[in-house]
Amino acid sequence: MPAVESAFREPAADLPAGRPSSPRAAAAFYDLDGTLIRTNLVHVLAWYARNDQGLLRSVRSFAATAAGIPLFFTTDLYSRKVFNDLFFQWYRGQSYDRLRFLADELHETVIRPAIFPGARDLVAQSRRMGLRPVVVTGALEVSVRPLLRELGITEFVANRLEFVDGRATGRLAPPVLAGASKALWMREYAEREGLSLNDSYAYADSMSDLPMLSVVGHPTAANPDLRLRSTARRHDWPVIDLRRRTPGPRA
Amino acid sequence: MTPRLRYKTDPDIVFIDKNSAARVLHNGEDFLEEHLPVGTRVIYPPPPIRGLPNPRGAIRHALNHPLGCDPLHAQLRPGMRVTIALDDISLPLPPMATPDIRQTALEVVLEMLSDHGVDDVHLVIANSLHRKMTESEMRRMVGAEIHKAFYPSRYYNHDAEDPRGIVAIGETRHHEPVRINRRAAESDLIVYLNINLVPMDGGHKSVTVGLCDYPSLRPHHEPQTIRDSDGYMDPARSELSRKVDRMGKLVDTNLNVFHVETVLNNRMYADPLSFLAKNEDDFTDLDRLKMSATRWSLSKLPAPAKRKFLHRIPGAFEMIGCYAGRTEPVHERTLARCFEQYAVPVKGQCDILLCGIPYISPYNVNSILNPLLVQVMGPGYLFNLYRGKPLVRRGGALILVHPCRDEFDPVFHPSYIEFFHRLLPETRDPFVLRERYEEEFANNPSYVQMYRDGNAYHGAHPFFMWYWGENGREHVGRIIVAGAENQHVPGILGWESAETVTEAIAMARSDLGPSAEISMLHVPPIMIPEVS
Repeated sequence: MPAVESAFREPAADLPAGRPSSPRAAAAFYDLDGTLIRTNLVHVLAWYARNDQGLLRSVRSFAATAAGIPLFFTTDLYSRKVFNDLFFQWYRGQSYDRLRFLADELHETVIRPAIFPGARDLVAQSRRMGLRPVVVTGALEVSVRPLLRELGITEFVANRLEFVDGRATGRLAPPVLAGASKALWMREYAEREGLSLNDSYAYADSMSDLPMLSVVGHPTAANPDLRLRSTARRHDWPVIDLRRRTPGPRA
Repeated sequence: MTPRLRYKTDPDIVFIDKNSAARVLHNGEDFLEEHLPVGTRVIYPPPPIRGLPNPRGAIRHALNHPLGCDPLHAQLRPGMRVTIALDDISLPLPPMATPDIRQTALEVVLEMLSDHGVDDVHLVIANSLHRKMTESEMRRMVGAEIHKAFYPSRYYNHDAEDPRGIVAIGETRHHEPVRINRRAAESDLIVYLNINLVPMDGGHKSVTVGLCDYPSLRPHHEPQTIRDSDGYMDPARSELSRKVDRMGKLVDTNLNVFHVETVLNNRMYADPLSFLAKNEDDFTDLDRLKMSATRWSLSKLPAPAKRKFLHRIPGAFEMIGCYAGRTEPVHERTLARCFEQYAVPVKGQCDILLCGIPYISPYNVNSILNPLLVQVMGPGYLFNLYRGKPLVRRGGALILVHPCRDEFDPVFHPSYIEFFHRLLPETRDPFVLRERYEEEFANNPSYVQMYRDGNAYHGAHPFFMWYWGENGREHVGRIIVAGAENQHVPGILGWESAETVTEAIAMARSDLGPSAEISMLHVPPIMIPEVS
């Protein structure tokens, strides 16, 4: 007769947890906008514009941002670098203190509701597997800090605005993270931290992030655009959708 | 084995002579007609047992006259918590014409629960690490009315990766952890509605496997257990069954489980394909016309359209038995009825076993039979369709017929792709694969996400599929696939390839001798040769 334990218990913590098959440590690299959250750079800019000081300035800034959307969209299709050069001009003149002061409110009102339903589980599962979570994003560092704190991610790299005398110049401080430079940063980071890129995972949603997916052994297209989806299919990469949850209760 | 005249033998066994008709072989989503060498033994499934005239009445009778416990109605009290678990879409094959027998059984059980004031009822699909069923598949399985009343908050798929949705029941003396669905474990009563298509279904496997998680599946879904199993269809000689039973007893000790097991006949083919279950020598002119028309139509269609066409033809199964009550006495009766339908007495083993691989397996309903699933059908299921001794002798040859396209479904089988293209070229040793890679795949966050919130098989599932073929691979000397459209898929699987069945037989006979005896399993429908 098998030994029977008297009562139900929470499953032993060591049972479901996996461990990387490789002896070297590895990371899970995440893009942010469109991958873990629904918002993008334009949402953040629009929110800052809408909350500009004074009603008149607020209306003017918001209208200018809205008018710029077709331009942003077109330039992003052409080149992420050109997009960045153009887009961050909109921040010119903003003070660092103000951006930082509004970051928590931005997080509460815009970013937190935009976290995809599957994002937390994905990060948690990566942790259980022993992967180090690292965010590599082209978003602004000042606006993503509260989100990363909430997700418990302490290692990240994001774009930073250049400030002179406490005011944004409208340019990004180097290194500018976009496309291939994300992949380059990941290579350097892995080398510095002794991580195996071959055993690492990366998640991104856009074709512009193809380089960051290409440098790891386990790339995954998350909520991909059409071009990335077809590329992922051609390369037999997994395609996941963090925007949906299977219906039914979840304990 | 001595050749005998065609018309003087057992109705389920035909020996080919020079006047015999060509035999029909499944070839994935196509059919082949092959003239086999004189003396070839072709084994047919027994004819379907007539279905019970009143399935609803039979189910009600089983609930009221259970084996080993009180009738269902006597176990009910108002306010109690009940979970009804159901087999998933892997049973039966193909999905049966509506109403599915699970719908019929559910209607009877739910009515009884309602009459006794039991309202806290959840319907959980016991999909284990299989893919979750889609909403339309779920609706088809239970009917629109039940679906509307219960979906999605009270009718859903089991989630083996929900960290808080699983509880540990205990551990056997062999340190096998038994962990199952929390809702089921915390219910006052679990009712399991099962479909028994083959003898490896049902019994302790229903709850212990259907509602478990990965750590609880690992102890028996592993290569040594498969090697130690003398076939999958004879529970008495299967180590797999022994382990599952051991764990299942623990479930029964701790939980109140009421099984409702149904046995189906083997009427797999409905019109227009019903002629496929017949002996080709008995084909009428109309049957031959249908065969030609089917082959012609399929030849004109692209593969996805063929797949869609074939998967849309439901099975014409009928219920031939229903038993309810405690796990073991119920399953004993179920097995006996199953063997009545499937067993075919066969004298002697053969040197060469020939099987056509059909378009469907338990793991590709509404999807592609990818190379790994071709493997699970060949040395996995078809080799293991026996009781007593394997149909093919040790060191013999297994000839399979399939195009072996390098084609996978990225939504249902994402981890299979990586397993096939990354791992198998490195090693085919199941022990190395398990040790080195199984946990990595099982815990891969992308595969976990696709299993939980998509419709993907669990990341560890391709490993189980590979282990499934282990005793077949161990037993036969060589596996030759006839009709493969490429060389690399058979190569990765460790198989040889031949352009035609004739060439494959010549290859097998080149080392087994010119008089090597051939048997062909005329499947599907399923049968279980009892080899003496």
